[in-house]
Amino acid sequence: MPNVLVIAETRDGKVTGASREVTSLAAGVAKSLGGHAEALLLGDVGASSEAGGLGRFGAATIAVAEHEALASYQPEAYAQVVVSHVRAGDYSAVLLPATTLGKDLAPRVAALLDVPLATDATGLEVDGGTVVVERPVYAGKAFARLEIEATPVLVSIRPNVFSATETDAEGAVSTFTPDVDPSTWKVKVLERLQATGGTTDVAEASIIVSGGRGMKDPSNWNLLEGLRDAMGSGAALGASRAVVDAGWRPHSDQVGQTGKTVAPTLYIAIGISGAIQHLAGMRTSKTIVAINKDPSAPIFNVADYGIVGDLFEVVPRLTEEISALKAGD
Amino acid sequence: MKQVVCLKRVPDTETRIRIDGSGTSIDPSGVKYVISPYDEYALELALRTKEAAGEGTVELLSFGDTTGQETLRKGLAMGADGAVLLTGEATMDGLATAKVLAAELKGSDAPLVLFGVKAADDDQQQVGPMVAVLTDRACVTGVSSFEVSAGTVVCHREVEGGSEVVEAVLPAVLTITKGEHEPRLASLKGIMAAKKKPLEEKPAERVGSRIRVRGLSEPPARPPGRIVGEGPDAVPELVRLLREEAKAI
Repeated sequence: MPNVLVIAETRDGKVTGASREVTSLAAGVAKSLGGHAEALLLGDVGASSEAGGLGRFGAATIAVAEHEALASYQPEAYAQVVVSHVRAGDYSAVLLPATTLGKDLAPRVAALLDVPLATDATGLEVDGGTVVVERPVYAGKAFARLEIEATPVLVSIRPNVFSATETDAEGAVSTFTPDVDPSTWKVKVLERLQATGGTTDVAEASIIVSGGRGMKDPSNWNLLEGLRDAMGSGAALGASRAVVDAGWRPHSDQVGQTGKTVAPTLYIAIGISGAIQHLAGMRTSKTIVAINKDPSAPIFNVADYGIVGDLFEVVPRLTEEISALKAGD
Repeated sequence: MKQVVCLKRVPDTETRIRIDGSGTSIDPSGVKYVISPYDEYALELALRTKEAAGEGTVELLSFGDTTGQETLRKGLAMGADGAVLLTGEATMDGLATAKVLAAELKGSDAPLVLFGVKAADDDQQQVGPMVAVLTDRACVTGVSSFEVSAGTVVCHREVEGGSEVVEAVLPAVLTITKGEHEPRLASLKGIMAAKKKPLEEKPAERVGSRIRVRGLSEPPARPPGRIVGEGPDAVPELVRLLREEAKAI
């Protein structure tokens, strides 16, 4: 009963960082409740080869549902397998990452299990046996502390907020073949298109290089791409609403209340003045850097470090310094 | 083809949020309320779909208190044909809201039900897919554009690192994100016409919330930052601080 289940996610066959974070979180919550963390991984035949890694992040057992039809996300099949697994077990909480997949899957699971759902949690603690969830509302202009009066407590967890803690522990992996019948599916993916320029999504990136109207022209984004590349593989590009509305950047890059709310380790706002909707979407970032020529821009009120100056001079220098630093590592 | 668009009344995204004396809800005084931005995108796509087909209807559905009438009139002014307001207390329990909407939609033969991908107040991002499960409809989330053909709808959706083309059988629930088309502004003619369009108000089926709000709080204050310097000469010091003090790189 006091056990906590994690629905882990793979992408391109690898367990995602967000899944590791949720597993470590679940291990802590389960310990407070007097139980242990378990993980459920869904994937293609052979997916179990990746599963053992979750043991090191705190899963005592890892069940792997292997089926060719689960190789990529199909909402109805995934929801059905998760719901059967939850029903067969006895969990006080079920946690999953609030990624695109998790945001699509969690409400379906909630409706099928008839339990409420709290999404995109940034805090989770056990208070006298009750799980208390903290989550942003109004895109981060306020935070709500919630109790879910149902079992299991179903919560999706915002990526990048909790740390994945690696230990020497090993989880026991078991594999099963679920009943999956594609003929019953109401939706099917016809085509997957890769975005150009990196596959790290802005919502999951550990470093975000974000540009606003101060960039003056979409062709100047090569400066930001250079900085992103210098930062390494966990970095992604972001954008303010103004430049998305102007058609300079895709909506998938937009940070803010009508875009994505993000919490990276490092957020670099370049030529972004800092409208209230934008600040709401990025203010929980661990470290914020602002580069802007206007010293009175509101972005400087939330930035840990600011440089006042011409971004067309500052950004190339920053790229150069970061590249030199990384080369020395 | 009949389409239903679900609208939520939310504070304008420009609004500064203040917490009221109870500590569990926001102070509504001085707050301007609007159609939740993503719901407006959903309505825009529904209207375009109807216009392209040259036939059909777009019906609006909302759940909340009677002030929702104003929100629905705005949607009617944009071009929707009729509206239903289910009155009751909306809570942060999205499943309770989904049950209210599902009770109304179960009897509907609309092939398409559209939601915004998330509401700009609770940001729970859950009611659309829950309604799909409860009413046994297909569901595609995060759709930026779609095309309806015989018995199916083909959707473009945003996913991490790219996009997908997904086909769903009708009837379906789609949750809509920002795409190519900005929501239209209501014309004066539209506003006048909206006054005469049918807006039915009826009490919602009573469904209790199982999410209890212990409290709301302001976002944690950020410690005061500092201006490292001016121009490119400040960069080496910034990089040093990021590495040694913030340990961010």
